[in-house]
Amino acid sequence: MGAVINQLPIGLSIAAVLLLIALGLTFTFGQMGVINMAHGEFIMAGAYTAYLLQDWAGRQAVPVALPVAFVVAGLMGLVLERTLIRRFYGRPLDTLLLTWGVSLLLQQLARDLFGAPNVQVRAPEFLEGGLGVLPYNRLFIMALAAGGVLAIWIYLNRTAQGRRMQAVMQNRQLAAVMGIDTGRVDMRTFFIGSGLAGVAGVALTLVGPVGPALGTYYIVDAFLVVVAGGLGALRGAVAAALALGLLNSYAEFWTDASLAKVVVFAAVIAFLQVRPRGLFVLRSRALT
Amino acid sequence: MTATTPQTPATPATAPRFAAPPPAPPWWARLGGPAAFTAVALLALVAAPLLLEPFRLNLLAKYLCYAIVGLGIGLAWGQGGMLVIGQGVFFGLGGYAMGMYLKLHEAGGDLPDFMVWSGVERLPALWAPFASPAFSLVFAVAGPMALAGLLGTLVFRRRVRGAYFAILTQALAAATVILLVGRQGLTGGTNGLTNFFELFGQDLAADGTQRGLYLVVAVVLGVLYLGARQLLRSRFGRLLIAVRDGEDRVRFLGYDPATVKTLTFAVSAGMAGLAGALFVPVVGIISPALLGVVPSLELVVAVAVGGRFSLAGAILGAVVMGQARTTFSEQFADGWLYLQGALFIVVMTLAPRGLAGLAGTAREMWSSRRARA
Repeated sequence: MGAVINQLPIGLSIAAVLLLIALGLTFTFGQMGVINMAHGEFIMAGAYTAYLLQDWAGRQAVPVALPVAFVVAGLMGLVLERTLIRRFYGRPLDTLLLTWGVSLLLQQLARDLFGAPNVQVRAPEFLEGGLGVLPYNRLFIMALAAGGVLAIWIYLNRTAQGRRMQAVMQNRQLAAVMGIDTGRVDMRTFFIGSGLAGVAGVALTLVGPVGPALGTYYIVDAFLVVVAGGLGALRGAVAAALALGLLNSYAEFWTDASLAKVVVFAAVIAFLQVRPRGLFVLRSRALT
Repeated sequence: MTATTPQTPATPATAPRFAAPPPAPPWWARLGGPAAFTAVALLALVAAPLLLEPFRLNLLAKYLCYAIVGLGIGLAWGQGGMLVIGQGVFFGLGGYAMGMYLKLHEAGGDLPDFMVWSGVERLPALWAPFASPAFSLVFAVAGPMALAGLLGTLVFRRRVRGAYFAILTQALAAATVILLVGRQGLTGGTNGLTNFFELFGQDLAADGTQRGLYLVVAVVLGVLYLGARQLLRSRFGRLLIAVRDGEDRVRFLGYDPATVKTLTFAVSAGMAGLAGALFVPVVGIISPALLGVVPSLELVVAVAVGGRFSLAGAILGAVVMGQARTTFSEQFADGWLYLQGALFIVVMTLAPRGLAGLAGTAREMWSSRRARA
């Protein structure tokens, strides 16, 4: 019983990180059909942003880096969307390979800029210690994800921009006919989605070292969250991230680390037998 | 994919759905294909073993193993529209089957060396059947086909497709690597299986053995290529291409796209498994690093570079990228990663049909100029 409780904060914080990563993916994937393999490298960019800010902000680097990393990763996403991905709409499978090329470039760039060995970011003083079994750093990550979800929800449902984004996601052509500049909305979506990856990267510095391959550890799981959660649905991403994060940490605990991923994979395949399009689906009468 | 984003056009940008049928070629042009095949076969089977030094011939054998995987990718992805980015798993299954046989043969009734180092005391039950070479070879092909068949059945029956399917194959590759690395005593962990000296009584280090292995790989590749071509010309092949271009329409016509896709996926997995089994004696190692997400994707990209819509292009791409990798990483190790990344971006952006597509474009330009003259 004690183990169940001890494992809970670990599972929840994995879920929180997955959620931050998957939110961005579910929007770019759901709205534009883009499978962005370079998303993992935006996570890495966020983490290195925190590392670099240490010189200036010292131990307050993590809170300071949150907005900075959002903008840095967001701008990287924006540049990627404008220069390359824009040419690939309607060819979703090709974007996967294209962005993988980008991700290789960015990883090697990070290796050349920051060196291949991992670096550490020191957590701020106020995150040391914890409440019983709940370390403050993991609590902080959970709060961050919860705040992120809330902000996205408000943005999508309470602002004109967000509603336009939903409109494009549900039916691009109809939205364009109604006078929405879909190209602009795509840019915004990519900026926000990539920015969230940057925030996730900063959060990851609290629980582990930072290296050029940081993103690759999480990107596959984050894609599984998108598959299980359904496209473009906020609540789907939240539920799937929670389920997969918890399953991951408990499977690691009860079997061992090497079997956990297999368990998660089997669970996703089994789940797709029941809900082949994921937990929540945008209903549509359109056929291929 | 298009099912999930109904607003995007379903037609692949690179494959026009309503292309006019090409005019029937003259009789001499129809001989072009067989003539080219014979020329390449002679080059590969006669010229290469005579002219190349053993080290280069061994490298070529390795590229040809990758080309067999590439052929399977070309079939599943180029012709069937299924982006398979976890072929490393099937390659690895075949490779480990062969590696386990060689390891047991090496140990000659004792435990394989790495098991002794990991403190394993009895041979695990999983290993026992691999003492038989026949079982190992059959498993190297049948194992991957069964796994792909199972995954395909579960996924395609539920009409999960496009990007979803690609992501699932990738997740399978990631999970497999972690599993292999974690089970040190069973699989040799990160090091994988290596230190092989003998195959069917032949010394693996001898030039003659390696030349023989090269010929086996080349012949297998040639036979599989011809088989895949024949498959594409059959009714099944027509159906496969139809599924790629309009899966729902095929279903409305009364066919079952899931069966077509599952069978094709299984065939491509079987090819990858066979390639893995050949790879092990040629290169002398099979390890998790050879079958994860990155090597799987590298192979897909090699096929894209060669030309995904052409089976010959898929083979060409695997060989060219293999050679490029060797050449450039010999010269500057880090630069290769930049070059590789940049190459994908350029190919995907400017030449999505790859080298074979460029050749096709050149041929069309030439024939249209002739027609005008």
